[in-house]
Amino acid sequence: MNPAIRVAGVTKRFRSLQALAGVDLEVAQGEFFGLLGPNGAGKTTLISCLAGLARPDSGTLEVMGRDVVRDYRAARMALGVVPQELVFDPFFSVREMLRIQSGYFGIRNNDDWIDEILHNLDLTGKAGANMRMLSGGMKRRALVAQALVHRPPVIVLDEPTAGVDVELRHGLWQFIRKLNQDGHTIVLTTHYLEEAESLCGRIAMLKAGRVVALDTTANLLQRFATHTLKLRLAAPVSLPPPFSARILSQEGAELLLGFDHYDDVGHLLAGLRAAGGEITDMALGKPDMEQVFVGIMNQN
Amino acid sequence: MEGFKTLLYKECLRFWKVGFQTVLSPVLTAVLYLLIFGHVLEDHVQPYPGVSYTAFLVPGLVMMTVLQNAFANSSSSLIQSKITGNIVFVLLPPISYREFYAAYVIASVLRGVACGVGVLLVSLPFAALSLAEPGWVMAFTLIGGAFLGSLGVIAGIWADKFDQLAAFQNFLIMPLTMLSGVFYSIHSLPAFWQGVSHFNPFFFMIDGFRYGFFGVSDVSPWVSIGVVSVCFVVLAVITLQMLARGYKLRA
Ligand SMILES: Nc1ncnc2c1ncn2[C@@H]1O[C@H](COP(=O)(O)OP(=O)(O)O)[C@@H](O)[C@H]1O
Ligand SMILES: [Mg+2]
Repeated sequence: MNPAIRVAGVTKRFRSLQALAGVDLEVAQGEFFGLLGPNGAGKTTLISCLAGLARPDSGTLEVMGRDVVRDYRAARMALGVVPQELVFDPFFSVREMLRIQSGYFGIRNNDDWIDEILHNLDLTGKAGANMRMLSGGMKRRALVAQALVHRPPVIVLDEPTAGVDVELRHGLWQFIRKLNQDGHTIVLTTHYLEEAESLCGRIAMLKAGRVVALDTTANLLQRFATHTLKLRLAAPVSLPPPFSARILSQEGAELLLGFDHYDDVGHLLAGLRAAGGEITDMALGKPDMEQVFVGIMNQN
Repeated sequence: MEGFKTLLYKECLRFWKVGFQTVLSPVLTAVLYLLIFGHVLEDHVQPYPGVSYTAFLVPGLVMMTVLQNAFANSSSSLIQSKITGNIVFVLLPPISYREFYAAYVIASVLRGVACGVGVLLVSLPFAALSLAEPGWVMAFTLIGGAFLGSLGVIAGIWADKFDQLAAFQNFLIMPLTMLSGVFYSIHSLPAFWQGVSHFNPFFFMIDGFRYGFFGVSDVSPWVSIGVVSVCFVVLAVITLQMLARGYKLRA
């Protein structure tokens, strides 16, 4: 079986700026895949190369085994892209726009599917509304609808939840999850790391145009994150070894300690008391993607 | 094919939805020219024997309207799509650059024709027009419109801002159409300016188009159609090259 996405040796330069510096990546069919990285890491550029909106300087990209340059028709039929920018055509209503988009992909009489998408995205009531009249969140969902008119097996969403409120975000994720369960491959970029953590089976992290981490979400968490104990003390103390090795960060009387098992907490607290620390506030934290992200970005 | 047809349909719908601005307003402009110039010059100028000035003026205005609006259609559609960013919706689907080109150019010709027909209909009460050889009228409309539609594609893709496009329109398209013999027969010009006119492709479009009505023209319609066709083919090749490379459309 072909991978849903194959990226091999892709480089892309904008004048003096190396936006992609040799990216290799494979996403299997049916995966829910996260593409993370700070602003300017090259996520959107990589998606643009995949969608034919940009041309790589070297390397190849395939969607469902179809080369995006040589076999662009088949590759584009297999790909649905939700662009990062909130773009729309002010001349048309939501339904007109979706019919036109269907036509671009060679599909006539697509209204049954269009109705289903609109229903799932809670846009049924806005089908006749001009695109200009929609709120930001609605425009974002209309963009998602637009990417789905041709039932692409691979769906790429570039920061789809930027500027979407919490409730809508939940609805959107429910729908995207359902699409994934129905067999669609999903690739997602987002700034909400907890979103990526809860949704994505595998994650690639991009920095300065390079893949700096690529693993399952579980493995990344295991390798790069620990449970944390956040403490505020009445006054700063200096912890002796072996406890000092647990310090992740210390700022005055604020202390962040890492640990692997809940049993360790007792020892840590005992050690702290022995060192004369008086606790005024305390919070436990689970391993999360933010630690992974910060850790990996600082390493590289 | 379906992708091409849909893009063509969308491009037509786009101007038709704002027809007041894209069709009626250019028709009004042309009719104002007709009323004012016709009124002032009717008794003073007779370009061809047996053809009144107003009658002479009508085909020129019709063709000028066709050309200017064909240019306006593709150029304004493309620059709007680029600036608002919704150009991605036509770049993401499996539409080839040839289909892309054909859709934009044909829509431009159709807008030009819609405007031209409007001017012609409104002018009929003012001038006794004959239609000597309608085949020439059709041929020059189509090729002239396609030439300007193609030029509009280039301008719309090249320009990054509306004022760059306005400069293209005001410093190139307007002077070339105005100075192409819409309002006069070039035989009334000094020899030097007659010579200069022969480097303006718009002159041949207007002159050939007018031949279709009166069966008289400054140069043979065969020469005109030859010049205009060569110009169109050269421009089409350049435009297709631009689109094939993705110039300013695909980074
Ligand atoms: N069309 C372009 N022209 C010039 N530079 C660009 C262009 N597109 C992106 N870049 C630059 O390439 C780098 C990667 O950008 P991008 O892919 O948008 O990052 P991300 O989506 O990860 O935030 C950035 O430094 C950006 O400024
Ligand atoms: Mg981006």
